[in-house]
Amino acid sequence: MAVRLGNQTMALERNVSVINTATVVGTKESEGPLSPYFDVKMKDAEWGEETWEKTESKMQKEAAKLAMQKAGKQPSDIHCAFAGDLLNQCISSGFSARELGTPFYGLYGACSTMIEGLSLGALAIDGGGMNTAIAVASSHFCTAERQYRNPLEYGGQRPPTAQWTVTGAAAAVLEADKNAPYITHVTSGKVVDFGVIDQNNMGGAMAPAAIDTLCAHFADTGRSPQDYDLILSGDLGKIGREIVINMMNSNGFNMNDNYGDSGCMIYDIEKQDVHAGGSGCGCIAVTVCGYIFEMMKSGKLNDVLILGTGALLSPTSSLQGESVPGIAHAVALSNRPGGER
Amino acid sequence: MPDNKNKDYLNYIDKTAPKSPILKNVALAFVIGGLICVIGQLIGDFYKKVCGLDSESAKTAVSVTMVFLGAFLTGIDVYPKIAKHAGAGTIVPITGFANSITSPAMEFKREGLVLGMSAKMFVVAGPVLVYGITSSVIIGIIYFLYKVMIGG
Repeated sequence: MAVRLGNQTMALERNVSVINTATVVGTKESEGPLSPYFDVKMKDAEWGEETWEKTESKMQKEAAKLAMQKAGKQPSDIHCAFAGDLLNQCISSGFSARELGTPFYGLYGACSTMIEGLSLGALAIDGGGMNTAIAVASSHFCTAERQYRNPLEYGGQRPPTAQWTVTGAAAAVLEADKNAPYITHVTSGKVVDFGVIDQNNMGGAMAPAAIDTLCAHFADTGRSPQDYDLILSGDLGKIGREIVINMMNSNGFNMNDNYGDSGCMIYDIEKQDVHAGGSGCGCIAVTVCGYIFEMMKSGKLNDVLILGTGALLSPTSSLQGESVPGIAHAVALSNRPGGER
Repeated sequence: MPDNKNKDYLNYIDKTAPKSPILKNVALAFVIGGLICVIGQLIGDFYKKVCGLDSESAKTAVSVTMVFLGAFLTGIDVYPKIAKHAGAGTIVPITGFANSITSPAMEFKREGLVLGMSAKMFVVAGPVLVYGITSSVIIGIIYFLYKVMIGG
């Protein structure tokens, strides 16, 4: 059973392994710097489907199937799927789980969903009620745009703080007592809202939640940023990343050297015209399941703190003038059982 | 709802967030919006001089042509690419109005022709129609009263 540390963190007792992962990405992501780490690269936004919503659930389904196949598992071997996405009523996840036939919990943590899934899957395995689980998350630029913003063909301009929703789905198969990397700690985040109303500045809206969870993680575990080879946040983008570095510095934590943000890594921000960077559930999902998993497998990274960040707004709340509440969940990954050094 | 204790943070992100390049945007809007108007003028002159339409008919024909061009360029995904640079330069002319109706019509046709395409067609242009028509009615009434009372 997990051990509770401080107010928000659990140290897992069982060795919960990330046994394998798979990623499916769109065209813009396959032109980005992380391209070599992705499994399936779609040739277009539709991938042979008649609606983008169908495409997104197909992306989830294919990512999950491929992850299971790479892990040497059948859907019937998986005790539960923890999956989520950005669309109303989590349809991408529900529709993909319909095809997979594994028991399923649908999650909504906005862009932090993948990390929420990894956290809950790891805790469920640690608790002993499950031996295997799969965490899945997806986002699609076209489905997110039409739900949250304007029709794609509408001629409008984006402000420089806007972020680009990643077209990507990823899945990670978890199992007890297998190979490294292991999920060793889970820090559950609080909803933090500093009153940012501009829904085009997600980085600014989510950064306080990220900082809150980071500080809680370091306080609960007694660790410092230097205990990790890399601290990776979800989709704060260029602006949110700067805020985190500055404000963590004023909290006494130096994050200048080993802190990255998936939203800044997945695209070439200058060349790919994505303004402040990437966002969406797929952003951290494909970065962790593609790049981070490879780096940990090859031993180039051994201890990584993953911080999924989400903006818990809806088109309705924005229209009603509500501010954007943020959330951030953290999981620590280590190549050593329990993260002991 | 968070209170004023976060004012410092809001000021801080206001200061650090990059601003839109307003001068560049305004200049591009002026040039591209102006170009669209020049094209409209050329078409109008063509209708008047070559096709022999009178002024009023030529104006109507220009509007119809520009709406068609706006919708057509939206359909082949060219209009949003111009609009990315032009901003208000492509929103203000009548071609922008065509774009704002064509784009949701294209996007929502997957939800059906009745509850999708036609219901969502005015999702962007709706406010323009509502306030445009309302204000034209009000101005019409004022004009009417002016005529009745002052004569003219």
